[in-house]
This record gives sequence, C-alpha cells and structure tokens, in this order.
Amino acid sequence: MATAVAKPPRPPRRRPSGAARRTPYVLIAPAVLLMLGFIAYPMLSVLYYSLQDYNVTKPWRNGFAGLGNFRRILFDDPLFWQSLLFSLKWVVAEVGLQLALGLALALIVNQTFVGRGLSRALVFSPWAVSGVLTTTIWMLLYNPATGISRYLADAGIGEYGTSVLSDPDTVFPAAVLAELWRGVPFFAILILADLQSIPNELYEAASVDGAGRFRRFFHITLPHLRDAIVLSTLLRAVWEFNNVDLLYTLTGGGPAGSTTTLPLYVANTGIDGHDFGYASALTTVAFVILLFCSIVYLRLSKFGSDRT
Amino acid sequence: MTTTVPETNGVPLPHVAPATRPDRGGTGPRRGRRALTAGAPRWQIYLPLGLYLLFTLVPFYWMLLFALRPSGSTSLVPWPATTAHFSKVWNDLGFAVFFKNSLLIGVATLVMTTVVALLGGYALARFDFRAKRAFLLALLCSQFIPGALMLVPLFQIFSELRMIDSLWSVIVAETVFQLPLSIILISGFIKNVPVSLEEAAWVDGCGRIRAFCAVVLPLLRPGLIAVGSFAFVHSWNHFLFSLMFLSTQEKYTIPVGLSYTIGSGESVELGTLAAGGVVAAVPVVIVFAFIQKWLVTGFSAGAVKG
Repeated sequence: MATAVAKPPRPPRRRPSGAARRTPYVLIAPAVLLMLGFIAYPMLSVLYYSLQDYNVTKPWRNGFAGLGNFRRILFDDPLFWQSLLFSLKWVVAEVGLQLALGLALALIVNQTFVGRGLSRALVFSPWAVSGVLTTTIWMLLYNPATGISRYLADAGIGEYGTSVLSDPDTVFPAAVLAELWRGVPFFAILILADLQSIPNELYEAASVDGAGRFRRFFHITLPHLRDAIVLSTLLRAVWEFNNVDLLYTLTGGGPAGSTTTLPLYVANTGIDGHDFGYASALTTVAFVILLFCSIVYLRLSKFGSDRT
Repeated sequence: MTTTVPETNGVPLPHVAPATRPDRGGTGPRRGRRALTAGAPRWQIYLPLGLYLLFTLVPFYWMLLFALRPSGSTSLVPWPATTAHFSKVWNDLGFAVFFKNSLLIGVATLVMTTVVALLGGYALARFDFRAKRAFLLALLCSQFIPGALMLVPLFQIFSELRMIDSLWSVIVAETVFQLPLSIILISGFIKNVPVSLEEAAWVDGCGRIRAFCAVVLPLLRPGLIAVGSFAFVHSWNHFLFSLMFLSTQEKYTIPVGLSYTIGSGESVELGTLAAGGVVAAVPVVIVFAFIQKWLVTGFSAGAVKG
C-alpha cells in the first residue's frame, strides 16, 4: 500500500511557527484518539486474550493459557475448519461472480443509448440495501408456499413446495444469488467510474489501427482497469468475509451448520458462548489468514506496478 | 497514478480518476463515443440490460406486492391495496420505536463522522507534518480490518465503559469504522479546492478558521453530502453492532427488529414482514435517489490522489 501514500512534493513555504506546527496534530487528534481506543486497543486486547483462558461463566479456569487456544483451534476444532472453508468458498464465489457481472454491467451502461440515466439508477439501486433487508426480500421470493417457485409451478416449471433454503444442496447457491443481487452494483459503480477515465483517444487510435471490439477490450480497457479491479476485489473480499448479516438472517448458519462463516462462529463463541479467550484466539488466526491472503494476492497481481 | 481506497462495508468509493473528467452521465451522447460503440448492435445492449433489470427489480416488486396486498391474496398485482400490514409493523411490532432509534443513530453517526473527518481531512490536505505518512497508512490499513472480527473485544470495551445497551455504543462503533474512509475522501475533496482561494482570504484578514468556513466549506458541499450520506446509509443498514450491543427491545434498530421478525417464523405473516422491509428501505431509497448521480461521476472527481 506504500504507493498510495506517495505524494508530490509541495513547494516549500515559510517555516511554520511552533503553534502552526502543532495545528495538524490538533486537527487529527479526535480521529486518532477514536481509532486508538476502538480499533488499535481492541486489536491488542485480542492478542492478549488469545493467550488466556477467559470465560466469564467459568471464572475458576481463567488464567494464562500459553498457546493452548491455538493448539485447540488447529488440532481439535472441526467447527473452525468447517467455518473457515465455508468462508473461503463464500468469498471466492461472491467476489468472482460479482466482478464478472459487475464488469459486464459497467460495460453495458457505459454505452450510449436511450434511457441510460434511468437504467443506471435502477440497476445500481440494490447497492444501498442492507443485508437484513436483502434477507427479507429473498425470503419472500424463496418461500415455498407463496414465493416465486409457486408461480413458476403454476406455469408448469418445477414443483410445488420447493424450499431452497432448507435443502443443503440448494442453500448455498440460493444465498449466493441473494448476495449477488445487492453486491453486483458495487463493482459496476467502481468499474464504470474507472472506465470513464480512459482517454477516448486511445480507442480512436486503436480503431484507426484496425483493432476490433475484442482487441480494444483486452488491450486497452482491461489493462487500464487492472489496479481498480485488484483493489476493489481485495476490499470486497474482506467485506464479504466480514459479511455476517445476510447469512445470519437468511440461513442462521444452517441447515446443520453448513453455512456458518468464520466471523459468525467467532461471534457465537465470544458473545453467546462467553468464551472470550478462545474467541480472541480465533480472531487472531482469522486476521493472520486475511493478512497472508491479502499480501499474496497483491504480490501475484503485481498491484501498482507500471503497466505498459 | 496512485490508487487509493475504495470502500468499507460495501460503499463504493471514489475512484481514482482524473479530477477534471467531465460528466458523461447526463450530458447527452458524445460524438466520439457513439462512433466507437456503433459496432455494438442495439439488441446487444437492451437484451442483457433488460434481463438484468428484471433480476434487479422483481425482488423489489415482490416485497411491495406482499406489503400491499391483503393476507391470503395470491394476486400478482397489489390491488386493491391495504395498509393493514404497515399499521401492524409500525404500531404492534414496535417499528415506530426502531425507526426512531435507527434515525438517531444514523444522524448522530453522520454528524460525528463528518465533523471529525473534516478536521482530519483538512490536516491531511493542507499541512505537511511528520506523522502524516503514518497516519495515512493507518487509515488505509484499517480498511482491511473486518468489523465482525472486532465484535468480541468491542463488546468487552463497551461493557467496561457501561455503554452496552446504550445507543452511544453503536454510534461510536459506527463512527470509528466510517472514519478512515471519510477522512481520505474529504482530504481529497479539500485538495481540489485551490489553496490560493484560502490564502486570498488570509490576506484579507481572515483567520484560518474563518477563511475555511467562508471559502472552503461552501465548495465542499457536494463532497460532504456524499460522505454524510454514506455514513448515514451505513449506520442505518448496519446490523451486527446493534444486534450485539443493544439488548432491550426499546433500543432495537430497524435491522435488528427486522431480523427478529424474520426469526419469528410462522407467527408473523409474510405481508407484515414485507411491510417491515418497506419501512427499512424507504430512507435508504430516498438517500440513494439523492446521491446516485454522484456515485459514479461526482465521486470520481473527489478522486483520492495520494
């Protein structure tokens, strides 16, 4: 991320006085204090508690645990592995599909056509919808008695009483589809903004040289979008990993724990199960995994390197 | 070009695009682009777009349909419409209270985020100071911290501060997670205001604060509206913090109330649930309609250039 903070040198101005030198620190103080208190401190406390046995319902066992929590996570906790695996599956499916559809959508609404403004507003609208509201809407659609499937069955497609959310085979695609509905606009909006920053002259020059639509896409559009795509997929991946509300309300982690994500498992352990020590160790492990994946991804995608 | 940031929690962000880029959105067809896309037959635009619109709009329609048609009806047109479901969620299920709580949290988060981010953003845009790089780096890194993983330690902190079951716990947590992005955004907007404007005001005898309020602030209005709307939409939508930190029913927010309505299963009619969904959607739809034209074009002008 170092490239992000590079800034062009500013022409030197007169030397600031002591008070003027303090001004920026006074200005950032509220933000810094809030972030220290509610981001940095909690992270440190997570590290601390990850090495402790700390459970308010079993105070007699509280105390230093060494690496005991971590040993339990790695070797003795099938739920951890199950939820981690599900989280990865969820993130990969969502980010991949959202990117593909978002890119296609952005390319379409970047064209000139009648009704473009309205179409944009409409296709982007689920962007602002919350996870719980998405659940509400899709539960109405998926309802076996009165949902879409009933009307499809009326029309001779499929069977009556199809309940996609309680069948372990269909619950994953059903949840993925609901999340896609509100996730695609995010990529579409970002990519559209970046598409508009491609100088038209590039396309004109390519057309003069006889490049067709596909070659223009692969040689101009895609390379130009690369950094934006890398960064937005990474942020989206963290966000989808973090995304508990939709799955929590749509499937409740079920059926039979098959859709429990890692953050949901952590929250259950720490807050409902009161096992702060173990939940902290789980959090630490999740952080390490996220950090590792982010670094590998940035390296592999050669983010920020000069393109030709 | 250096790239920064988009997004936390689903807010698409500014984009790194040259600040001078004209808005292609509403200005009508442009010759050059049209010549280029002439290769794409109309049906290649309208067919996929139509299908996608169907995918986007049918779910919204479905919710409205259930909310407006009487229970037991299987008609696909919500006519004759009834308001029975709305009065039930609003009065009997307590959505009036949840709505008020959500509104309070949303507005307080909006105000706190905007004020604190304005201060920090101004420092970043107008001063060179030692800790600047470190501060920026901290802001960027915090984008990669999943709030869901912070639930447990935050819960502990708020318990120690005796803020559990107070709306303030949610307001503070929302503000903290909104801040980094808002600061980066606002500093980008401030950088787009020429320093010379401010300096002219100083020459005229204004202090820094007065010059800022009189010259810079009015020019920041679109940016502040966007940042404020994001903060509002986010905290309006956010579920986890309110679910975990608020425990009595008088403190619930709309998403929490909605989730309990979902969870109550057969005992609540689908029409009532749908009406609750509409209540949850209305403010967000209004804000979205208000800011959507900035999402792509205006926001790329607020480009975060390092």
